[in-house]
Order: sequence, then C-alpha cells, then structure tokens
Amino acid sequence: MTPLSHIRNFSIVAHIDHGKSTLADRLIQSTNTVADRDMKEQMLDSMDIERERGITIKAQTVRINYTAANGEDYVLNLIDTPGHVDFAYEVSRSMRAVEGSLLVVDSTQGVEAQTLANVYHAIDADHEIVPVLNKIDLPASDCDRVAEQIEDVIGIDASGAIRVSAKTGEGIIETLESIVQNLPAPKGERDAPLKAMLVDSWYDSYLGVIVLVRIMDGVLKKGERIRMLSNNSTHHVDRIGVFRPAMTVIDELGPGEIGFLTASIKQVRDTRVGDTITHEKKGTEDALPGFKPSQPVVFCGLFPVDSAEFEELRDSIEKLALNDASFSYEMETSAALGFGFRCGFLGLLHLEVIRDRIEREYDIELITTAPSVIYHIHMKDGTMMELHNPADMPDLTLVDHLEEPRIKATILVPDDYLGDVLKLCQDRRGIQLDLTYAGSRAMVVYDLPLNEVVFDFYDRLKSVTKGYASFDYAMIGYRQDQLVKMSILVNDEPVDALSTMVHRDRAEQRGRAMVEKLKDLIPRHMFKIPIQAAIGGKVIARETLSAMRKDVTAKCYGGDATRKRKLLDKQKAGKKKMRQFGKVDIPQEAFISALKMDG
Amino acid sequence: MADDWEKGGFGLYIHWPFCEAKCPYCDFNSHVVRQIDQHAWCKAYLAELRRAAAETPGRVLRSVFFGGGTPSLMDPETVAEIIAEIRRLWPVANDLEITLEANPGSVEATRFAAYRQGGVNRISMGIQALNDTDLRRLGRLHTASEAMAAFDIARATFERVSFDLIYARQGQSLAAWEAELQQALTLAVDHLSLYQLTIEQGTAFGDRYRAGKLRDLPDEDLGADLYTLTQEICDAAGMPAYEVSNHARDGAQSRHNLIYWRYGDYIGIGPGAHGRLTLDGQRWATETYSNPKKWLDNVPLRQAEKPRNPLSPQDQASEYLLMGLRLKEGVSLSRYENLAGSPLNRAGLDDLADLGMITRSGDIITVSNQGFMILNAVISRLLDS
Ligand SMILES: Nc1nc2c(ncn2[C@@H]2O[C@H](COP(=O)(O)OP(=O)(O)O)[C@@H](O)[C@H]2O)c(=O)[nH]1
Ligand SMILES: C[S@@+](CC[C@H](N)C(=O)[O-])C[C@H]1O[C@@H](n2cnc3c(N)ncnc32)[C@H](O)[C@@H]1O
Ligand code: SF4
Ligand SMILES: [Mg+2]
Repeated sequence: MTPLSHIRNFSIVAHIDHGKSTLADRLIQSTNTVADRDMKEQMLDSMDIERERGITIKAQTVRINYTAANGEDYVLNLIDTPGHVDFAYEVSRSMRAVEGSLLVVDSTQGVEAQTLANVYHAIDADHEIVPVLNKIDLPASDCDRVAEQIEDVIGIDASGAIRVSAKTGEGIIETLESIVQNLPAPKGERDAPLKAMLVDSWYDSYLGVIVLVRIMDGVLKKGERIRMLSNNSTHHVDRIGVFRPAMTVIDELGPGEIGFLTASIKQVRDTRVGDTITHEKKGTEDALPGFKPSQPVVFCGLFPVDSAEFEELRDSIEKLALNDASFSYEMETSAALGFGFRCGFLGLLHLEVIRDRIEREYDIELITTAPSVIYHIHMKDGTMMELHNPADMPDLTLVDHLEEPRIKATILVPDDYLGDVLKLCQDRRGIQLDLTYAGSRAMVVYDLPLNEVVFDFYDRLKSVTKGYASFDYAMIGYRQDQLVKMSILVNDEPVDALSTMVHRDRAEQRGRAMVEKLKDLIPRHMFKIPIQAAIGGKVIARETLSAMRKDVTAKCYGGDATRKRKLLDKQKAGKKKMRQFGKVDIPQEAFISALKMDG
Repeated sequence: MADDWEKGGFGLYIHWPFCEAKCPYCDFNSHVVRQIDQHAWCKAYLAELRRAAAETPGRVLRSVFFGGGTPSLMDPETVAEIIAEIRRLWPVANDLEITLEANPGSVEATRFAAYRQGGVNRISMGIQALNDTDLRRLGRLHTASEAMAAFDIARATFERVSFDLIYARQGQSLAAWEAELQQALTLAVDHLSLYQLTIEQGTAFGDRYRAGKLRDLPDEDLGADLYTLTQEICDAAGMPAYEVSNHARDGAQSRHNLIYWRYGDYIGIGPGAHGRLTLDGQRWATETYSNPKKWLDNVPLRQAEKPRNPLSPQDQASEYLLMGLRLKEGVSLSRYENLAGSPLNRAGLDDLADLGMITRSGDIITVSNQGFMILNAVISRLLDS
C-alpha cells in the first residue's frame, strides 16, 4: 500500500480534439505502464464506437507508477472523463474522486466551450489545476496568446503552463513532475471506518458488475463484506484490483487509492453512482455528499425494421441498459411501426451511440423516430403530466398549458462567424443572455428551448461556422410557451411516428419544410401521394409527390432471366427497408431526415 | 401432360464474346483481344453443340441466334460449320430463324453474303444512332454513312433485317429524337429495337455517371415522354411494339426473342450464355463461364458450364411473369398458377387494374402502355406476397 504522500489523483480536462487521449497515452507510455508492443493508440477509449469517433463515453482510469526526479516512487491515478456535453454528468462525478486536473488546451486553437464547461467542473470540485499547452510541435502554436487567454477567460494563473507536444513527447517529463509537485496528495485516515466513493460501474460479461471506487478512509480488502449506504444492500467482495490499464488484481486498497471491486453484483442498476461504500460491520454512517442521478432528456422510439426482430431488440436493449444506468426504455406500440421501445437518452450523441451499438453489435436494423424532449402538460384539473412522445398528446380541451425544457447554451466562435451564430440561435427561438469578447473570439450565451437543440443544432452550428465554433449547454428548467402538436399525413393517413411538437409561430414554416423533405425522401409510387402537415384538423402545408413515370429495364439480356430475378430480389430487399403506411412505403431513414432543417 | 416449355418453343443461343472496341455503355460479356484463334473457337462451339444435343435429342429447333459481343467478327466458315452441325444434331422447323448480330462497319458488310451462304437468314444490326456526333459519344467505331452503306448491303442480302437504336441519350430532345426516329422508320424493313440508354455499373458510363460527369441525361419525366412519343410514332408507322423495346410489322417479330419471353426452353452456348432447359420434368437454369479463356479451356473437359441450378416452382413462375409481361400479348394466369402451384396474388391484380396498369380479359393479363413504363414496379407488386 502506498503512503498518502506518494499518491496523486488527477483528471484531464479538455475540449474535444485538444489532445487529452494522446496525452494520456504518452503519460502511460513514458512510465512504462504498458509495454511498447501492447500500446494501442488511445489506450483508454476502449469501446469500438469510442475509438472510431475518438470520444470517451465512460470514465476510464489508469494507475501509473512514476519515479520522480527526487528519486521517490509515486503512484499516479488518472481518471479520463468524457469530453462531450451529453456526458457532463460523468465528468462532474469523476472530478469528486480526484484532487487535481491537467487543463489541456490546444495551443493552436485556444480556449473552447468545452474547455470552459469542464474546467468549471474542476473548479467546483476544488481542484488544483495545472495548465498544459499542447501541440507545440505545430507551426500555428501560439503559447503566449493562449496562456493569456486562459488567464483572461478562466481566471487562473497560466504563467507556469507546461508546454507539451503529446505527439512528439516533448514536455511529458515536465508534466509528470508538475503532477507530483503541484497537485495535492489525497487526505484520509487509514484507521478510520471504511468510506469509499462509488465513482462508476459497468457490466463485464465474465466478472459481472465492476465497481470503480475511490477510498476516502479506511482499508478495503478482498473477502470482506461491504454495505452500500443508500440501500443497505450487502455484498461479498470477491476481487479487488487496479487498472494499469489492464485489470490487475491486488489484495487491498487504502486511503487515497483508486481501484475496482467485484462482488457478484448482477446489474449496474444495483449500484448507484455517488453512493458511499463501507464495511457491513463497524462501518461509517456518514455518507458522502451524493450525486444526483443522471436524467434522460431526449426521447425517441426505436423500432426494428423487420418486425420479426422485436424480441431480439428487447434483448439487446436490456443488455445495454445493464451497463448504462442513464439510458431508460419502455415498450411502445405505434400504429404505423408496430412494437418497439421508447427510449430516453442523455443527449443526441448518447442516442446515436446506443443506436449504433444495437445495429452493430446485435445486428438489428432500426427505425429511429423523431427525437423529442419531455414536455410538461398542465391539465385544467391542476395535474401535470410528462409528455415523452408527441403521439400521446392528450385531448387539447383538457389542457391548460404546456411547458418545455430550456437550456443555457455557451458558444465560442471567431467573430467572423458571429452573425451566423446569432441568426441560428434566433431562428431556434433563442434569447440572448450574454455576448462578450476574448481576443478575436466571441462568447455567446443563449437561453434556448432544448427541443430546438436536440436534433440538429450542433450540426448546423458546425456547418455555419465551418467547424470553428464550440458549444456546451446546461439545463435551466421549464418554461411555458405556445406549443402545438403537428401531425403529418401521407396519402391522407396520419403517420404517428412523424408527429412533432412545434412552436405555434414556427409551425407553418416547419410544416412546409417537413413536407418538402418528405417529398424527396419518399420514393415515387404508381399513384400520386399528397403529403400534408396539420395542426388539429387544419392543414398548414401540403405537397404532392407525383406518380412514378418510368421504371423499366429497356434492354433485353437475351435469355438471362436470372438477372431479372435478381433485380426483383434487390427491389424486394429495398422494400424491406421501408415501412408501409396504407399503400405507401416510407424508407426508414425518412423518419429522422425529415426533421433536419437546412436553415 | 406436355412440359410447360412447349408453350414457348425451343431455341439455341450462341454467344461470341469479342468486339473490336468496348463501348462505354456496354455491360454485355464482350472483350477486346489482339488475336482470335478462329479454328479453336469453331471446334469448341461444335463440341458444345454435341454436348447439348445429347441432352435434348429430337427436339425441334425453332431459332438459332448468334449474339455478342460482335458475331460479325466470326469467320463465315465458322458460322457455316456451326449451322451445318446444328442441322445434323436436331430436327429443325421448316421456317427455322437464324439471326446474326452485326456491327455496321464496312468490313463486316463484306461478309454478309458469305453468312447468307452459310445459312444465316436474319441480320440484326447495331446502328445505335443516325448522326455522327452521337455515334462518337456512344463510342461507336462506325459513322452514320458507313452504317447506311452496311445497311443497304444487308437489305440487299437478307430478307429479314432489323436494327437497334439507343435513345434517351445525353442532351437528346423530344424533337431531335422524333426526327431521327422518323428517318429510321423510312429505313426499317420489318423489325426495329429501340432501347433507352441505360447506365450500367461497371461500365465507363457508369463510372462517369457516378463521378457526376455524364451530363444532360434525360430525367425520369423526359424518359417517359420519349418512350410515349416512340410508341405513338411507331404505331402510326405500322411498327407497333410487341415487347417493351421491340417493334415489328405483323408477323415479323423475332422468333428467337419470343422463345425467351414466352418462357420456352433454350440452350445457351459460348462464354456467359444462359439457358433454360426442362429435363425429365425439371426445369434448370444453365450458365457457362463468362471468361472466354476459361470457357475455351474448359470445353474439352466438358466443364464449360457452371454447376446447374434447378428452378423451384416459384422461381419458374416468377421468371414466366418477368419475361412474359414484357410482351404486348401478356401472360396466362392459369399457366402462372400451374407453374407456381398457387394463383397470382389477387390484391395485386386488383390494385394494378384499378390504377390502369394492367387489363384482365379472361385468363390473360396484359400490361397497358402506362404500365409498360413502370413495368418493374408492376411486376414487383404482382409478386409481392
Ligand atoms: N501535431 C500534434 N497533434 C496532436 C497532439 N496531440 C494530439 N494530437 C492530435 O490531435 C487529435 C486529437 O487528439 P485526441 O488525443 O484524440 O484528443 P481528445 O479528443 O482530446 O482526446 C489527434 O489527431 C491527435 O493525433 C500534438 O501534440 N501535436
Ligand atoms: C448485345 S448488344 C450487341 C450488339 C452489337 N455488338 C452492337 O453493339 O451493335 C445488343 C444491343 O443492346 C443495346 N445496348 C447495349 N448496351 C446498352 C445500354 N447500356 N443501354 C441501352 N441499350 C444498350 C444496343 O442497342 C445493342 O445493339
Ligand atoms: S455494344 Fe456491341 S460492340 Fe459495343 S462493346 Fe457491347 S457488344 Fe461490343
Ligand atoms: Mg479522446
């Protein structure tokens, strides 16, 4: 067991792509934590999807042994946190388990929206912060300017910022030394009753639930019985270990240390992030300040393209939910799409990740319906109901008013693009809260309805600013507004999976955009098809998809009847990717694409 | 009970896989080679004929078709020897049709008389366009005047001459096509094939199209208008369509094509040739190796044909519909039911009749002019269960 004075626990905060994962790789590599031949890029991003997209979803951790310049051996525990706004809750809870942070800023870019959001989590958690200016190998690197910006915008001293290239390895030793010298050692009492923080947990098909813990006081040993303070459930600890980053079993964890335990726990849902773990007997009753559990904010329906795959879908969703307590689901039936699930997510990225995993790991093709936020419906009888699905909108005569969730969005953007960003925010019913400048960058703060953001706001933002804007948001509560349900009728039949909630003033514009989009997305049929948007019984937009005019194989391939049969099979396969509404086939991607707005 | 194929008859297709140059739109099994050992090829065809005849003794041949590729690159002696062997191997109909596809170059034209001598009695010429600009764009080696000259020779040599045109070309207007088609009709003898340009994957046009570099192709609406115009003009000239893209004066339909479309039996010989053969009550799909060298090397081993696939009742019924509905004369519901073992889907028939895409009269369903333009969708609706 390592003495407290020789432990340093830290995280790395950064805007996406500023080099957090690369820096972590370098730290691991230069301390020989992993043999060079086992070194993969982005060691800590373990899921396929994370690697592909270069994002970290779950908090990951690694223990590094480091012999410092003073000749002493230190244990450095790094917790790598997710960078994307959808997973902000993961960041804040991981921060409570460590004492300091490396603030990594790309010295060719400067401070970005997620730099700010994440560094505030670190400041909230009372961290000592070591600024690191990364990518100094690049010609565009401008450390002085960025250091100044850090001081201006964040208000911390950046005079001692370490200049690093995570690519070439320059500055890595300085970084390790600074961790040892500038970050505080953890505090804790070895002889006090066990008090450990449940930092994160996930499901492993061999070991069951793996619980990541930070020991605050006391010692945890293999074979002991533990108790969760939140519900007094008890468990037998059958394994204790640390990540290097591969799982390595050890005998005990002492104060200040970070590691994992397994205790034959079956479901991630049985572990509460932020919970306090103690011994069954002679434990503490003094719980750590708990974290609020994360709440899904975006909902959508997931339906199997092939309705025969419903049971497989149920199975895959249940399995994924075992490992992701932030994802919720309930069965849903749609007149049009049959049986599926209404699922709740932390944000759009989270939605996409789950959807990708179902399609990829379980090989089920999905129809994803329009994402929706949770509306509060205040009924005339004084009760309030949550609306997760526009299709469930109650009879309007019973409704008094509706409220929608709002967010505070922080956007950093070079001033060249400021006008476009302001226009985008205005178009999305935003209310400007603040506009300040730091150098040639503007920081714009807007109050926006979440429903205008969940869908394609981030894509639009990236496109109008050519990728130069950065964005972060936080929920700020519910507010009343003039919201209505817009239905879409295809060939005079309502398609429930295309219903959306819209603001009354935007309904016509939105309706027109949707029917135009659908006209392009639905293939021509043998007959013409009216496509309408309606509020209640009133049609507000209408397009007509004209009938198919030509679809015939001109050439005769002699006697090659097989070729014709193959063509027919291909058509049939294409049809399988569509859903029938009355006599009309709608392609699965239409349900999402119809909502994308170009302006 | 007679086998189903007898309703369509029995024919023989011979594929010649070589061309002088590869046309940018063409995805037929055609290859350009420096030298062709005509003698070796002749021997191989003869061997394959004997192999096929051993399986189909006594069947009466109604048609032989030399297709390609460019069969007018075959030595006339080769053609003559093949025809002579065919006549030895099978009994033939009195009016046996023997067609050869020819490119309208000046060299080819010099061989027409010899082909006739060898037994060919019908020529199908790939003229494709009647102006030089479009011929060049289509990558053709001949000019319009060369084609006219070759055509004159063909007309003087054979009683039955057909030619092919490709329309719905890049930048082709309704008016331009109308003029060209009218000119074609003044030339036409008794048969004409009019194909709308199809962009096929794996061709030079296919690549250019994907790269966005094939401009001014007619869109769906113009394509439909061009097709409608074509029908009107040909009807008025007494050359109505008897199939989606084929027009003939009464009685001058290609007998060979009718065998395919009426879902008869046919032998396919030569690289990449397809056949349909009913043997002991089971219908088989046959296909040979399409690589010319592989085919040639495999012939002596009696392995030029790939392993055969039996056609299930539903496959046969689908093929009957896929082929038969291309014909103006339509298909028989009872024949379909006989093949499939169950009737054609009722809801599909009703829907399509309501939309005016098909007409039912007794046992026969025929596709309307409107239906022809979207035949793929019509068939897929009918075969939708
Ligand atoms: N030139 C250069 N590129 C770097 C450096 N650090 C990271 N990168 C690159 O920047 C991109 C983003 O890095 P990554 O570590 O994935 O960022 P993260 O999103 O913060 O985890 C990757 O392409 C890295 O290879 C550096 O010091 N110099
Ligand atoms: C088997 S090809 C070969 C005939 C001969 N080699 C020639 O090119 O003249 C028969 C006909 O199919 C037509 N054809 C070939 N490729 C085509 C395409 N991509 N689109 C439309 N018609 C095509 C041409 O009219 C051609 O004459
Ligand atoms: S169109 Fe005819 S000549 Fe041209 S490559 Fe194809 S088969 Fe040969
Ligand atoms: Mg990363």
